[in-house]
Amino acid sequence: MAFTNEQLERYSRHIILKEVGAKGQKKLLNSSVLIIGAGGLGSPAALYLAAAGVGTIGIADADEVDLSNLQRQIIHATKDVGKPKVLSAKESMEAINPDVTVKTYQTFVDSETIMDLIKDYDFIIDGTDNFPAKFLINDACVMAKKPFSHAGILRFQGQLMTYVPGEGPCYRCVFKDPPPKDAVPTCKQAGVIGAMGGVIGSLQAMEAIKYILGVGDLLTGYLLTYDALTMEFRKIKLPQHVKSCPVCGEHPTITELIDYEQAECDGVL
Amino acid sequence: MVITVAGDKKEVKDAITVSELIVQEDVETPQYVTVSVNDDFIDKAEFDTYALKEGDSVEFLYFMGGGR
Repeated sequence: MAFTNEQLERYSRHIILKEVGAKGQKKLLNSSVLIIGAGGLGSPAALYLAAAGVGTIGIADADEVDLSNLQRQIIHATKDVGKPKVLSAKESMEAINPDVTVKTYQTFVDSETIMDLIKDYDFIIDGTDNFPAKFLINDACVMAKKPFSHAGILRFQGQLMTYVPGEGPCYRCVFKDPPPKDAVPTCKQAGVIGAMGGVIGSLQAMEAIKYILGVGDLLTGYLLTYDALTMEFRKIKLPQHVKSCPVCGEHPTITELIDYEQAECDGVL
Repeated sequence: MVITVAGDKKEVKDAITVSELIVQEDVETPQYVTVSVNDDFIDKAEFDTYALKEGDSVEFLYFMGGGR
């Protein structure tokens, strides 16, 4: 497929990069990314992926836009309060780039639905706000052999890592089981600075783009942590392979997806 | 002896255990922290007995559940 004149102009700053070029831009246009959670992390990730011309973007979230979301969830606007988040996100992405096909899933992501959701996508972005969802996404991606970006944010801190099947540790290698309800603070209890979603969600979009293009080094085998107060980024090396990992190790004990109990104070997804 | 904790060099007592270091460093939610020494994870059951050596590099990895 040839670029239209409009596409040549729209993507000119990409096409001029030797790491992208016309070939890379076509890869982006032919790729698909699923974003689970249209919130603090998912908003910037979705906006940048749409702007970049990722051809198919799936967005999953069961909630409606709430006024308290707008301090950080920049894909939604004040006029969208009360609207399904996936719809508001779709409108914003399509307004930026009509090349993009946005698929919306206004649904809870659980052990029943997730395999069907992720199966058609090249890369998955975890933009959820609770441990049951984060462990579910990890386990499903390990089982379905799908690459994904994990991230978490809290207060003035954020962190992320990238899982690529067969190329490094998974989230469960690092954190074996979800903490009990209310054992560690959530954003709702402890707060989060809005721009943190922008920093970390944009890094997740960057990982997805690099994966699709096949350029550079991904955060496989590393946890990147960011402390906004000290302005320190740290790239912490992880073990290459954790033999005892219950889902991706040598003798997996988790062979079916688990719906962990949701902390009551969290939003549901 | 000197070890590296989260990237910073620190003077600690000889053969300090992981559990003792967790207390000394005032680690938040210590029962849910993941600890690596020289890029390998230490089993939680070993925290009380695992003695650190001169030059070891220790990382604390924390649960971070937010995102939406």
